[in-house]
Amino acid sequence: MSMLEYRRFSSLEDALRFLSERPDAKIVAGGTDLVVQMRMGKLKPSTVADIRGIMELRGIRESDEGLEIGALTTIEEIRESSLVERLAPPLWEAAQEFATWQIRNMGTIGGNLCNASPAADTAPPLMVLGARVRTARLGGGRTIPIEEFFRGPGETILEKGELLTHVHIPRPGDSEGHAFQRLGRRVAHILSIVSAAAAVGVEDGRIGWVRVALGSVAPTPVRARTVERELTGKTPSRDLIKSASEKVLNDIKPISDVRASAEYRRAMSVVLVRRVLEKALRRAGA
Amino acid sequence: MRIRFTLNGRRVEVDAPPHITLLELLRNYLRTTGVKRGCETGECGACTILMDGKPVNSCLILAPMAEGAEIVTVEGLAEDGRLHPIQEAFIEENALQCGYCTPGFLITAKALLDRVPEPSVELIKDALTGNICRCGAYRMIISAVLRASEKMRTTSASQG
Ligand SMILES: Cc1cc2nc3c(=O)[nH]c(=O)nc-3n(C[C@H](O)[C@H](O)[C@H](O)COP(=O)(O)OP(=O)(O)OC[C@H]3O[C@@H](n4cnc5c(N)ncnc54)[C@H](O)[C@@H]3O)c2cc1C
Ligand code: FES
Ligand code: FES
Repeated sequence: MSMLEYRRFSSLEDALRFLSERPDAKIVAGGTDLVVQMRMGKLKPSTVADIRGIMELRGIRESDEGLEIGALTTIEEIRESSLVERLAPPLWEAAQEFATWQIRNMGTIGGNLCNASPAADTAPPLMVLGARVRTARLGGGRTIPIEEFFRGPGETILEKGELLTHVHIPRPGDSEGHAFQRLGRRVAHILSIVSAAAAVGVEDGRIGWVRVALGSVAPTPVRARTVERELTGKTPSRDLIKSASEKVLNDIKPISDVRASAEYRRAMSVVLVRRVLEKALRRAGA
Repeated sequence: MRIRFTLNGRRVEVDAPPHITLLELLRNYLRTTGVKRGCETGECGACTILMDGKPVNSCLILAPMAEGAEIVTVEGLAEDGRLHPIQEAFIEENALQCGYCTPGFLITAKALLDRVPEPSVELIKDALTGNICRCGAYRMIISAVLRASEKMRTTSASQG
């Protein structure tokens, strides 16, 4: 590893100015992705900008529209939060099974999203929750639906000098149900083989709306739109859920890697989608 | 660059290049070699330390990130030449063979018992998923944490 300069910031303004002048600088939050990449020689930043001292990027707050989570909030803080458990149940479930205590104490939600791994475990839950991310840069930030945030493996829409600051999650309604499930090589293994999340709103005994998202089965976390279309407006039944789950094969493009084969991922996607749908519907009272 | 923090209750100040990890800083610059180097990818837990009371992998932390922090390594567990009850319990339960994983397990166990004085076996297993023991001493390690919990509660009861 090599690096020439290390800078710490406690003011967002200062950090943004520095990042705009120094496009080569790499941000560090918890470092659990960055340091691994530096060690493997994948990344050789000449400058590292430590944003951990910027207090306004920390913490979980209930807002008028729902929940606001600062980018520097750790996965362990999310795991321990009763606010997240109540207002963003699938995100809370994802935090329960996320990595190890040690990793969760350092790893942040902002780092998980900005690292843009197809396997980022917070992404499918945020997608089904209809979350938006807020960014900051000199001259003004943006608010973007989480789906539009990812561009490819390791790639986001963030431009040079732009920071992720907050995640906004709308308040769930009544008769809404959610679920998250992941499959890994072992409970605490690095990355999921497949993960899936679902959110469903039941209206008059029918599926009023539904969102399904998966991780590790495409270049980015993805929505399963074909499955969603198959279900919307219909009366839930075992058979319907089973046949709709099989449609997920139209929505994913898994690859084979060290964790699993593409074939296994396809088979497991169908199973996980079925399970999260069943659970979400049960929780919605259907 | 100059890095300042508290190590096992003592203030330290050390000059080191910014790209090294906290693991390297602790072992090679400060000689706290109780912190073990294993996988260096965050998976084995041999390098576990407490940073502001929380267990973390020192192999995934850049040394300058420790600025101002309170760091505790296995060297900081014993007091006045007396082993910490968790260390005693590991010996009494034979919770190690080669011992390479032990400092990491001791640190994570301390963090757990500081938060939850009387943890269930399930909670102990959950807290320790980030520590791997290649010798497979897990069963004894869990017994040791339960025993340590008992010891710590009786000591604090007799003091209080
Ligand atoms: C052993 C191990 C197990 C793991 N298990 C899991 C798992 O179960 N599930 C999972 O999803 N991930 C897992 N990870 C990956 C990692 O821990 C998470 O992605 C974590 O949330 C990253 O957060 P961080 O704060 O450590 O990111 P960092 O390493 O600090 O940053 C990651 C990237 O995001 C950028 N960045 C960080 N914050 C911002 C910001 N606010 N604005 C703009 N850019 C930013 C950085 O420049 C860097 O490129 C694991 C990693 C390890 C080593
Ligand atoms: S050496 Fe740090 S986790 Fe293995
Ligand atoms: S005692 Fe040898 S690795 Fe645990």
